[in-house]
Amino acid sequence: MNSKRRVFLKGTLAAGTVGVAVGASLLTPSTVLADWPKAAFQANSLSDALKSALGSDSHSSGDITIRAPDIAENGAVVPITVESTLSGVTDIAILAVANNAPLTSSYKLGEGTKAFVATRIKMGETSDIVAVLKANGQLYSGTKEVKVTIGGCGG
Amino acid sequence: MSSIRVRAQIEGGVTNVRALISHPMETGQRRDQGGNTIPAHFITEVKAECNGKHVLTANWGPAISRNPYLSFQFEGAAAGDTLKLSWVDNKGDSDTTEVRIS
Repeated sequence: MNSKRRVFLKGTLAAGTVGVAVGASLLTPSTVLADWPKAAFQANSLSDALKSALGSDSHSSGDITIRAPDIAENGAVVPITVESTLSGVTDIAILAVANNAPLTSSYKLGEGTKAFVATRIKMGETSDIVAVLKANGQLYSGTKEVKVTIGGCGG
Repeated sequence: MSSIRVRAQIEGGVTNVRALISHPMETGQRRDQGGNTIPAHFITEVKAECNGKHVLTANWGPAISRNPYLSFQFEGAAAGDTLKLSWVDNKGDSDTTEVRIS
């Protein structure tokens, strides 16, 4: 028997298995999404999402400005700006309360980064937008209602 | 061509960054015409660094709109410094770009 051929076949077989696993995205979640707070993004209540993303759900209202349209005609693209004069802000989370999974995004700020984030989110229906900021270990929140004419999460 | 278009402008010591990324941001809830679920495909993390220093890390879920827009502001940079912006999505794709602060 040609032993080299055996070894070669074994090698390709093993590589093939790994390839299939990667192709079926069996391997990607653990390797790629190591830091991604999956539980926070899958939580379907505001308090669960906050506990998971920021470690607590007890928050007091603070000096936070949310700029968003009063009426969003297209729920697939709702511009949101969160801004605050609070000092020592380390985290910002933006949540759309009525979405199946309320947490849209969370931000970790470096030293010297202002408490300011703007992005565009999808909203399934009319909902309060809640912005939660972590400053000096405390959570502060601000709220603004956005009416949605056409939902933008599914179809 | 890079999937990231970014602009960083400094004014009064504050650098204002505005970025647009082309990405489908599929939620995994939509169906195609045949009724098959379109698999989720969205950016999970965006990182910004300036002179090797951490500026901002964004964790995104599928509820960020298609072709995402992100803007933020930071202090401590000077004109001519380099801002590095990169993203990773749930399929492991990624992209990085660098821009000079002007």
